[in-house]
Amino acid sequence: MQRALSIDPGKCTGCLQCELACSFEHTGLFNPSRSVIRVFTFHEEGRFVPYTCTQCAEAWCLQACPVDAIAINAATGAKEINEATCVGCKVCTIACPFGTVNYSQATGKVVKCDLCGGDPQCAEACPTQAITFVDADQTGLERMRHWAVKTDAAAHA
Amino acid sequence: MAWTEKILRVNLSDKTCKEEPLNKEWAQQYLGQRGLATKYLVEEVDPKADPLGPDNKLIFATGPMTGTMASTGGRYSVITKSPLTHCVACSNSGGFIGQELKNAGWDMVIVEGEADSPLYLYIENERAELLPADEIWGTSVWHTDEWLHKRHQDPLLRIAAVGRSAEQGCLYSAVINDLHRAAGRSGVGTVMASKNLKAMAVRGTQGVGNIKDPKRFMQAVNTAKKVLADNAVTGQGLPTYGTQVLMNVINEIGALPTRNAREVQFEGANEISGEAMHEPRPSDGKPNLVTNAGCFACTIACGRISTVDKGHFSVKNKPEYWGASGGLEYEAAWALGTDTGVDDLDALTYANFICNEDGFDPISFGATVAAAMELYGRGVLTTEQTGTPFDFGSAEALVKAAEWVATGEGFGKELGLGSKRLCEKYGHPELSMTVKGQEFPAYDPRGIQGMGLTYATSNRGACHLRSYTVASEVLGIPEKTDPLTAEGKPALVKAFQDATAAVDSSGLCVFTTFAWTLEDIAPQIDAACEGEWTAARLLEMGERVWNLERRFNLAAGVSGKEDTLPKRLLDEPAATGPAKGLVSKLDEMLPEYYQLRGWSSDGEPTPETLQRLGL
Repeated sequence: MQRALSIDPGKCTGCLQCELACSFEHTGLFNPSRSVIRVFTFHEEGRFVPYTCTQCAEAWCLQACPVDAIAINAATGAKEINEATCVGCKVCTIACPFGTVNYSQATGKVVKCDLCGGDPQCAEACPTQAITFVDADQTGLERMRHWAVKTDAAAHA
Repeated sequence: MAWTEKILRVNLSDKTCKEEPLNKEWAQQYLGQRGLATKYLVEEVDPKADPLGPDNKLIFATGPMTGTMASTGGRYSVITKSPLTHCVACSNSGGFIGQELKNAGWDMVIVEGEADSPLYLYIENERAELLPADEIWGTSVWHTDEWLHKRHQDPLLRIAAVGRSAEQGCLYSAVINDLHRAAGRSGVGTVMASKNLKAMAVRGTQGVGNIKDPKRFMQAVNTAKKVLADNAVTGQGLPTYGTQVLMNVINEIGALPTRNAREVQFEGANEISGEAMHEPRPSDGKPNLVTNAGCFACTIACGRISTVDKGHFSVKNKPEYWGASGGLEYEAAWALGTDTGVDDLDALTYANFICNEDGFDPISFGATVAAAMELYGRGVLTTEQTGTPFDFGSAEALVKAAEWVATGEGFGKELGLGSKRLCEKYGHPELSMTVKGQEFPAYDPRGIQGMGLTYATSNRGACHLRSYTVASEVLGIPEKTDPLTAEGKPALVKAFQDATAAVDSSGLCVFTTFAWTLEDIAPQIDAACEGEWTAARLLEMGERVWNLERRFNLAAGVSGKEDTLPKRLLDEPAATGPAKGLVSKLDEMLPEYYQLRGWSSDGEPTPETLQRLGL
């Protein structure tokens, strides 16, 4: 069974523990600017929204790569960059509709979420369960539960 | 390690930015942030220097934990000589700019001299330059923030700035970072503006590393995070209600200074409490509180994000104040509300927005308004002078006062002097609720005896954050003591002062100590930093910092005679509540405190004490 990142912005406090964990896992440093998960603050609305690659089934980035540097990890379903093959042409960064593949000045390659090989550190670090790693077929389960209780007329009678 | 080992020295007179190595020997003695920056200040600034002159310096300092994944590891402090107290000022803030500075490769920025025209400091990793700020001088912090983001076309810039209040000479102006976090107390923003420095804009992409043992560090960090999550205060109380969880609690124990500390209980406390912030408003059905928010790396997230009711008189036809922004913390709600007798949650929230927008300390501001209200009630101040009826309980007066202090207009200029100078000016120094010129916060020493000694001996003038004995006397952390007795308090205050000085030197937030002791903190620092860091060493380091600050103050001319409290707290007994009939028992506590500190009966560290601490 594959798992997927499930993000619930309503639980996020904007603390950036996810960005710290991501950058530490991938670069060995605490460096939010090199995290591939980013938390956006919408100040006037008082909202914090973490955002990262959703691992599209037919990934635009993978389709667009001219040197086949992006491959599917069969175990996790993650679209992973092969750094040895990547030439840093950035075509995938144009192809991705969501902006979640980015070029890194530090490495001269592109970077994106690889689900940490199946143990995503962002979800591990999140103190409020705004980011969880759940059954890839059931990412809507929590939201369904939230609405299910409202349809349970008997409980409200 | 964990330090970047680099300091940025900015000279405003010469318009130069220079890199220099961190003094690693001092880092071993003072760790970072509060301790280490104070050491630099003591070595470089004449204690007699004019706080608002070119000889004073302004230091932005991170700690070794700043920028790491340690929970709350995003703190920085602003250290300088205070124009309000003439003591060492050290104001601590969270938000995100501290870690950004560290990510840009700097442990500290030392600002010296004075510019001949407005400038701002722009830092992009190793590149640092001073740029003209004429276009933003005379504008608010919020406008400055927006302007700088646009000017540099960089939404990821982190910004700290001063507002118009500081430019106008308000003596308790703050440095505001990330729109609504504040290095709030003692007028550190006033010093920044006096140097013609409007803002600091930082972008750092280098990463924070230099961790001695990364694997052990992450283990220690994760263990400590779990302690915070499992604790009732840091895991539930603070995220849900913020520090405002205290309003009703402190009112109930009769230690809530009300109407300039004339009373110790406030009938309107519940209306402005953390609980009230959750209640839907009648007008639009929405609560004051939108969400809680975390500072960088913080797994507690006590921050409040709030809105003002669009129909409230303070924001009517002012859509720029209809969005969410930093809401009321307990101390602000107390100063703006309880101390002025105003129980209008929207008015308090709006006044708090203004404090952030134009950068001034809501504690000193609210307490100064309270003193002015008492002067007004006694007929010493007239409506002609105040510009509007200035009675206790008037939300209109509070809102106008905030707007006037923000821009320095009308009565705002006098309110910007702070309570001590205002009350002296009008011949009633006894009505100023200050110690060493700084307004005391939200705990009445008659009902929480340890806080009397805390205020009297705080090195930056009255302050709750130097030894928060409320934790023990009210909340039972680490163990419960009786708030009504003086017994044992000198030792308690000393222990809290030393431990807090250590935490303030690390880059961590003092709120962690509701759950953590130094035994939880030491393993994190030890795994990250060169040298062996035990709880005992941290405590000794904290004591060293305390004595270093004390020596600076003594040299500045602030003697032990000023280790006292306003007459009201010493002479007028509490009229209601559990502390009824009590005054502060400071005179019982102070001599014992001096003795425990190893100080003379005049409050001066003895040569033996200085030698023991390596001073």
